[in-house]
Amino acid sequence: MTAHEGPQELEAQFEQWRQYVLRRRELQAVDADELEDHLRGSVDELVAAGLSPDEAFLVAVKRMGSLDDLSREFAREHSERLWKQLVLTGDSGSPVGGTRSRRDLWVMLGCAAGAVVSVKVPALFGLSFADDGSFYARNFTLFALPWLAAYLAWRRGARRTVIAALAVLFVLGAVAANAYPLADDSQSVVVTSVHLPIALWLVVGLAYVADDWRSSRRRMDFIRFTGEWFIYLVLMALGGGVLSAFLFNTFAAIGIVPEAFISQWLLPGGAAAAVVVAGWLVEAKQSVVENIAPVLTRLFTPLFTAALLAFLVAVVWTSHGIDVEREALLLFDLLLVVVLGLLLYSLSARDPLAPPGPFDKLQLALVVSALAIDVLVLLEITGRITDEYGGTPNRAAALGENVILLVNLAWSAWLLLSFIRRRTPFAALERWQTGYLPVYAAWAWIVVLVFPPLFSFA
Amino acid sequence: MKVAKDLVAASATPMVLGILAEGESYGYAILRRINELSGGELDWTEGLLYPLLHRLERLGHLESSWQAVAGERKRKYYRITDRGLAELAEQRRQWDTVVGALKEIWHDRAPLTVHPLEGLA
Repeated sequence: MTAHEGPQELEAQFEQWRQYVLRRRELQAVDADELEDHLRGSVDELVAAGLSPDEAFLVAVKRMGSLDDLSREFAREHSERLWKQLVLTGDSGSPVGGTRSRRDLWVMLGCAAGAVVSVKVPALFGLSFADDGSFYARNFTLFALPWLAAYLAWRRGARRTVIAALAVLFVLGAVAANAYPLADDSQSVVVTSVHLPIALWLVVGLAYVADDWRSSRRRMDFIRFTGEWFIYLVLMALGGGVLSAFLFNTFAAIGIVPEAFISQWLLPGGAAAAVVVAGWLVEAKQSVVENIAPVLTRLFTPLFTAALLAFLVAVVWTSHGIDVEREALLLFDLLLVVVLGLLLYSLSARDPLAPPGPFDKLQLALVVSALAIDVLVLLEITGRITDEYGGTPNRAAALGENVILLVNLAWSAWLLLSFIRRRTPFAALERWQTGYLPVYAAWAWIVVLVFPPLFSFA
Repeated sequence: MKVAKDLVAASATPMVLGILAEGESYGYAILRRINELSGGELDWTEGLLYPLLHRLERLGHLESSWQAVAGERKRKYYRITDRGLAELAEQRRQWDTVVGALKEIWHDRAPLTVHPLEGLA
């Protein structure tokens, strides 16, 4: 009985040791194999010398020395392992994960190709980028985002009702962008072009959280996704710019000017594909690369706080009222968006259980100073909305956004304060932000669907 | 007596290449062989041996293959390449120089008590 149990127990111990080794990032499966063979050699020799398997195992492990030292030595030779590598087609070591991520790659490529085709389909009906710029401006997100949503819905295994809801919303978006008789130079065209992407992006969000759309955690994941997706898109845009520049100049050098190819095919097609590819990259590398958005937030929160406080001090010092011109409201809306972004991406990377620290206080200072500035702006602007310029779709939309962001940030400041005073848990702040997402969606849809008729297509 | 760490590290490459020049082998056996050759005075750890083997493989001095031993057990065998042999020859030349110089010095030093007299003469 014991003779039978001995080897089994020893195998279990080897397995346990192996798991322990594999937890080290510096040590990979092949290293674990090699070291395990070493350990077994050592154990065999000790058993041959008369030790029991149990004792032999303990002595052999002890001889190998601490795993910390071992991994440090391995790290010196294999320093590249500390840079997490993005493996495009999944872990080759596990066949299940491999086929899954390869299928993922193909679906993504299909969706990206679909986005590229969608961009070029209107050209078949005689709509060109040069002459129908307003059509493309209104519809650009409608070419790419449905494909991104399709990819995400596929990944999440969305139910039919969710897919139907996604389809209905995208059709609604297409109707809003094209059914109203909006003149190319009207304000409503601009307002729609700005708000439709927001509305559609939140539809993509619905696809993202398709498996559990009520969950606050999943919505927070979507916020993280948005930040990383945007960063990838910007990086790809930079790369695309370099590619086009090289393409243009090298071909120009041999007397061929590929201007039409670049502006008609490469840029629009590449942009549409990049939207899908960026989404795929974020999904693929989720656990591979450290998220960038929270790192940037950490860097810029103190700087923005300092800038806003300096501005407030300057306003009080010079007692110079804020000069509210035509664009001012939009500028301060953007300021609130930036502050909200800084808040959101710090939240997204924070350990919910960690106690309040100095960074939370810094954030409170940031939010409060942004609120103070915005209140000053609103005071200046009151009354002007009803003057002879008043009542334009631009101003109504900007004012609406200001109110929405103000409410969000004011309540966030309150929650942040009670968190710092340890009255409420951190989760309350997170739930408030994720619960607020539908408000943005509702407002964006109102602007897109209701504003044009409300302002008689001005 | 224990050999100092720096010296162990410096002599590690020619030692491993030298052992593998005798024929292909694997980690545990190499470690045993070094132990045997030095009468247990050279204190090699796994943290020294395996990263070194991987480095020599990366540099093309060694090549490796997994071979099945005793059922499901796999073992990674290392074999020296032509490059490795060339490196070994070069290392050997350098070590011969160092060892030769040291021997000279210690040989001269042995009659240390005689030399000062010669100097005075």
